[in-house]
Amino acid sequence: MTDAVNGEVVIELRGLHKAFRGERVLRGVDLVVRDGETITILGGSGSGKSVCLKHMIGLLKPDAGRVLVLGEDVTDYSERQLVEVRKALSMVFQSAALFDSLSVYENVAYPLREHCDWSESRVAERVRACLEAVGLTGAERLMPAELSGGMRKRVGVARGIALEPRVMLYDEPTTGLDPANQRRVGELIRSLQQRLRVTSVVVTHELELCFAVSDRVALLKDGRIAAEGAAEAIRRSEDADVRAFLAGEQDAPRNPADEAALRGGLDGP
Amino acid sequence: MSPEPTQGSGGGRIAALGDRVLEAIDLLGRFLVLAGHTFRAALQPRFPALETLRQVEAIGSRSTTIVLLTALFTGMVLALQTGFALARFGAKPYVGAVVGLSLARELAPVLTALMVSGRVGAGITAEIGSMAVTEQVDAIRSMGADPVQKLVLPRMIAATISLPLLTILAGVLGVIGGMLISASQFGISPNFYLQTIYANVTVTDFLSGIAKTFVFGWIIAMVGCFFGLQTTGGTVGVGRATTQAVVLASISILISDFFLTKLLLIL
Repeated sequence: MTDAVNGEVVIELRGLHKAFRGERVLRGVDLVVRDGETITILGGSGSGKSVCLKHMIGLLKPDAGRVLVLGEDVTDYSERQLVEVRKALSMVFQSAALFDSLSVYENVAYPLREHCDWSESRVAERVRACLEAVGLTGAERLMPAELSGGMRKRVGVARGIALEPRVMLYDEPTTGLDPANQRRVGELIRSLQQRLRVTSVVVTHELELCFAVSDRVALLKDGRIAAEGAAEAIRRSEDADVRAFLAGEQDAPRNPADEAALRGGLDGP
Repeated sequence: MSPEPTQGSGGGRIAALGDRVLEAIDLLGRFLVLAGHTFRAALQPRFPALETLRQVEAIGSRSTTIVLLTALFTGMVLALQTGFALARFGAKPYVGAVVGLSLARELAPVLTALMVSGRVGAGITAEIGSMAVTEQVDAIRSMGADPVQKLVLPRMIAATISLPLLTILAGVLGVIGGMLISASQFGISPNFYLQTIYANVTVTDFLSGIAKTFVFGWIIAMVGCFFGLQTTGGTVGVGRATTQAVVLASISILISDFFLTKLLLIL
């Protein structure tokens, strides 16, 4: 695994607070993501992991605290100012969030058409390369409805790497997949990190994925980072919260506010 | 009864009313922000021309059948009713004039708008609402694109263009429907029927009807998009948003119709 402990800071969350309809989901999250590493935010359902991720790319605004991306304080950036940030960061959504009305090809080409004035042949070449990277060569003409859950996730990843981002944000990348596809997505995350030198932030509650891909692990509990450290150190940690989560004893109540936020409507335009 | 609970519940009712009013103002404010954003989006680079064309097809072309059917039968029933009413004054031959004027000034614009609101407005909300609850709207934002430019602008332009065109079609079909009934029920020759229309319906009448439809088209698309974008709560939320959008768009069309008509009569 990469030794990235001393890498440059690419994303920093400082004292992040966020409440939905009075429900305090984040209560002072401090987290640093360093260049080239894969960090996993581990936590139970409704613990606010996805909410953290959405703050990094500006989909949600904090009630208090700062968000720093690539050295810039982007907390108060407008949607237009965030465009440059969003070219460098790429998010893979829990449900893949493919555009139903567009083919796989058009889905992967979407960010290219938005930000690059490329010829169609160059776009096609990049789309082909991205689909190849996720093991879906030749799937261009399929529509999202024709894809299995695992394939949809991988197309989502292909769309995510189209602009060659510096940071990939994965929201529950293996949720709802069968074990074979789970392993496959885990390997994909790892290989993209190694081949494209992309920094990855993974949000999950699945331990297998967490320890398969992570350099570092942060445990989110009660709206704060309860423990943080190298993956091996976390695995062997004697910390009570960590032990409880690893033993599967943490049954956090499902948080309706977080669920609503995941569906993405609360802070929409 | 002690006065306290009465007072309490009265205060509660006033507070609840206040909440409703604040909610309505908040909703209106956010709607106006979206409307302003949409106009600005029209000036941004990468105008979504292809998507706008696609929406003209979806909103305009695919609404023709329902609009034409509505217009045909409206013209028919209008001729039937006015024929009987005018007969009382011995003015039966002027069915054409009444049918033509009613259709041009009022019925073709409003009925077309209401039909399109039900068909298209609901479709817009359901589609964008589904995109919102499946994170597709967030995905657009996360890729540094503007959902308003991608989703709202094309629909707004398409509906604003399509509605006047559909209304013209509706007017023509309504006149034909009236002609069929005038000829078969009242023995008015099609030639005379058309002549009375030509003599009595002016270009101003026609334009005053068409002018309103630009606003109706805009309302249908914007209300549909607005409720779609703020949909939360999964598939149930989509259904709820769709109902709200159609109800609000229809009411807005009828209310704005009154004020627009008043305004156009002054001008």
